[in-house]
Amino acid sequence: MKEYLKIERDTEWRVELRSQLKNKERTMRERVVMPGLDPLERIKYQDREVNLGLDEASARAEASRCMDCVNPTCIEGCPVSINIPKFIKNIERGEVLEAAKTLKETSALPAVCGRVCPQEKQCEAQCFYTLKLKKEPVAIGYLERFAADYEQNSGAVSVPETAAKNNIKVAAIGSGPASLSFAGDMAKLGYDVTVFEALHEIGGVLKYGIPEFRLPNRVVDVELESLENMGVKFERNFIVGRTASFDDLKEEGYQAFFVASGAGLPRFMNIPGENYNGILSSNEYLTRVNLMHAAEKEFDTPVLRGKNIAVVGGGNTAMDSVRTAKRLGAERAMIIYRRSREEMPARVEEVLHAEEEGIEFLNLTNPVEYFADENGRVNRMRVQKMELGEPDASGRRRPVVVEGSEYDIPVDVVVVAIGVSPNPLVPSELPELKVSRWGTIEVDPETMQSSIPELFAGGDIVRGGATVILAMGDGRKAAAGMNNYLQGKLKEQATEASGN
Amino acid sequence: MARVPPDFTKTLLFLTCQIRLKNKNSDLTMYQIVEKESFSEKVVKLVVHAPRIARARKPGHFIILRIDEQGERIPLTIAQADKNAGTITLVVQKVGVSSTRLCEMNPGDSILDLVGPLGKATHIHQAGTILACGGGVGIAPLLPIVEGFKKAGNRVVTVLAARSKDLIILEDEIRQWSDEVIIMTDDGSYGNKGLVTTGAEEVINREQIDECVAIGPAVMMKFTALLTKKYNIPTQASLNAVMVDGTGMCGACRANVGGETKFTCIDGPEFDAHKIDFDELIQRLGGYMAEEKEAWEQANG
Ligand SMILES: Cc1cc2nc3c(=O)[nH]c(=O)nc-3n(C[C@H](O)[C@H](O)[C@H](O)COP(=O)(O)OP(=O)(O)OC[C@H]3O[C@@H](n4cnc5c(N)ncnc54)[C@H](O)[C@@H]3O)c2cc1C
Ligand SMILES: Cc1cc2nc3c(=O)[nH]c(=O)nc-3n(C[C@H](O)[C@H](O)[C@H](O)COP(=O)(O)OP(=O)(O)OC[C@H]3O[C@@H](n4cnc5c(N)ncnc54)[C@H](O)[C@@H]3O)c2cc1C
Ligand code: SF4
Ligand code: SF4
Ligand code: FES
Repeated sequence: MKEYLKIERDTEWRVELRSQLKNKERTMRERVVMPGLDPLERIKYQDREVNLGLDEASARAEASRCMDCVNPTCIEGCPVSINIPKFIKNIERGEVLEAAKTLKETSALPAVCGRVCPQEKQCEAQCFYTLKLKKEPVAIGYLERFAADYEQNSGAVSVPETAAKNNIKVAAIGSGPASLSFAGDMAKLGYDVTVFEALHEIGGVLKYGIPEFRLPNRVVDVELESLENMGVKFERNFIVGRTASFDDLKEEGYQAFFVASGAGLPRFMNIPGENYNGILSSNEYLTRVNLMHAAEKEFDTPVLRGKNIAVVGGGNTAMDSVRTAKRLGAERAMIIYRRSREEMPARVEEVLHAEEEGIEFLNLTNPVEYFADENGRVNRMRVQKMELGEPDASGRRRPVVVEGSEYDIPVDVVVVAIGVSPNPLVPSELPELKVSRWGTIEVDPETMQSSIPELFAGGDIVRGGATVILAMGDGRKAAAGMNNYLQGKLKEQATEASGN
Repeated sequence: MARVPPDFTKTLLFLTCQIRLKNKNSDLTMYQIVEKESFSEKVVKLVVHAPRIARARKPGHFIILRIDEQGERIPLTIAQADKNAGTITLVVQKVGVSSTRLCEMNPGDSILDLVGPLGKATHIHQAGTILACGGGVGIAPLLPIVEGFKKAGNRVVTVLAARSKDLIILEDEIRQWSDEVIIMTDDGSYGNKGLVTTGAEEVINREQIDECVAIGPAVMMKFTALLTKKYNIPTQASLNAVMVDGTGMCGACRANVGGETKFTCIDGPEFDAHKIDFDELIQRLGGYMAEEKEAWEQANG
């Protein structure tokens, strides 16, 4: 790895590019500002992307800030080890399609990750600027999105070369980022891959969860098309374990499975009144709006609207829900979060965008009970104040109740976004599959192989609620692991056959 | 040698099977409606081409469908299935936009999306004598359960209830798998006059009942559960909660069972009727406590 990076860094053009500008000058430059829609304007539309993306000039200017470090610590912050300086330097010299190719060496969905990765905790947190200069990091995420979008818009999306077909059938279960990256890698290796999805749309959380204003569907669709061009098949409305069992699929010739069924089961707080009408999970809220288009007149699916909407939680899901509520016309859209802003797990940019859009933050506040009108529709919630105590196992300071601090807030819709548990559908169909006590599938972390040899798993079903990039990384690891496993089996069979 | 796929013969076999399957139904597209029958102005039976589901389904299972791009995802019980023909039977009652649009579809039309089988299958076993109660369109999901219990060697007494004669559906099919069928109508236009509970209580007083199954509108199930609780008869009820995905992802279908929150689509749809908080269910379906009586009348429709 180190060797490879060094060889790449010593290519002529990179040496030349480095000599063009002194590091001092590079570090003097200001970080680019992402152009975005005006907050007052954008809250009128559920489907307009907030970040507009960089133009070529500002992307190249931002790229010139990167010093092409001898020891690029940024790469250590990226869960899939994208060769960050290589792609950035390609942007700086104007070879944007080359930059996109560099991204695709390791990432299946750069246009997605450039938009949704928590860069401030990953690559950008480990940039030399952050670590040593105490300056704003190189905008790695913005540049990644720029290169990927540039390629998508150029119409020159390269279909990766695929090896000769080996006619070995494998199945991916679920169609989220883990499965998509798995399918891409397996298709490249020549496998006959089918992706099975329970819903009527492909993309998992990328489609039903993350809203259009943050991740437009067309960005995902381009990637799906390119997978289709590589020969990947998609089966919608197909629940593996139900529509057909694993045994059925084996009989149909599938030789191995990659389970990436996600962490779809929403958690509730189990406090009094939580089943009143008007109180729903963020998954239900976002699915109605994103997957079922409930906010659009021509569609039949309804969605609850209200004047006062409270969203409980502080993660990406909570931010997506509360900003959706604002866009659907809430006068008062509130975040109710039991810790303080510093502990919020959401991407920093989303919190900033939410603030710009007039979202109210009731931090250090926790719901204790709900009340309803005579029709059973929620109309009031009781909350209590919290303060931060000692750090807990996760290193975050534990919130403790401030006694006697309870008060009521009028609400007509409450969205509960306090986390998800692993989808139990697949494990419940396979009693011999080893799962943890949290319901996640246990796998070998190197190969992603489960306790059932022909079954591999990755993404949220293994990690609990995690991130797109980690799910994607798992998909790639599993593809490598499964390929080894299947090739090993083939060899075994071949020797057995010749032994006869 | 190594080039030959390991399960070559198996694959070949499978391929030929597939081709045969395809040829047989070559004129059918996925989820195409092959047959339609109107039971009444409000209740329609549809036979739909869905070979995988026809093969995999068991009594108690349901599907979720979406008519077209604009449609909602709505849950419907699989009333019957024919593995050989590759079809499932749905019985739909018009209650709102989607169910009405579905009832207006015709043979030859195709449903855009249809997924299943969903839910836990009914626990069919040898119990002795089963009392099966079906109200209104709840008779449709009751049919495969009655059939299952009968085939498992039980004595099955079925009480069917509806507002009036023309709303009693699937009577012949139900009779085929019941030792006795009692019909109750609100207006006395067919069978006996009265509610499902009147008929059920008569049976309970007459003979030993080991288990009861109740399917119908929430209010009907509530009162049936109250009745069987009085006589200590274990009872299953099938909840018709509001649903979106049907895979445990959204929580729209949550219900309070024995003080715990359960998801109807993956933990149910059948639960121990004596533990279900029916009032909450009715509320969550958009009904009102004060209008329970009115709803009850409707319930038999
Ligand atoms: C609202 C929201 C916002 C988020 N924002 C971000 C963000 O900004 N950045 C970030 O990095 N991460 C974010 N995440 C987390 C991220 O989306 C997930 O970690 C990631 O999508 C997990 O990918 P996955 O491939 O494991 O599964 P998922 O994307 O969860 O997809 C699983 C799919 O499997 C299907 N399925 C389940 N069981 C079966 C079965 N038996 N048969 C067939 N199909 C089945 C499901 O229907 C689903 O479509 C967000 C999540 C949510 C909900
Ligand atoms: C597991 C399960 C199995 C079902 N099986 C059948 C079946 O075999 N045949 C059948 O006709 N129906 C069945 N239903 C009910 C059916 O799903 C609803 O009637 C349908 O979703 C209503 O959609 P709609 O758009 O026509 O009505 P909507 O416009 O959504 O609603 C119209 C009216 O119906 C009420 N309503 C909404 N959803 C439901 C519901 N789930 N149950 C009862 N009332 C509701 C609303 O409060 C409203 O008053 C089943 C429901 C479940 C959960
Ligand atoms: S994939 Fe994510 S973490 Fe890796 S470089 Fe891109 S934005 Fe950073
Ligand atoms: S650490 Fe920062 S400056 Fe150095 S190579 Fe990475 S992105 Fe460029
Ligand atoms: S319908 Fe969404 S969880 Fe049951």
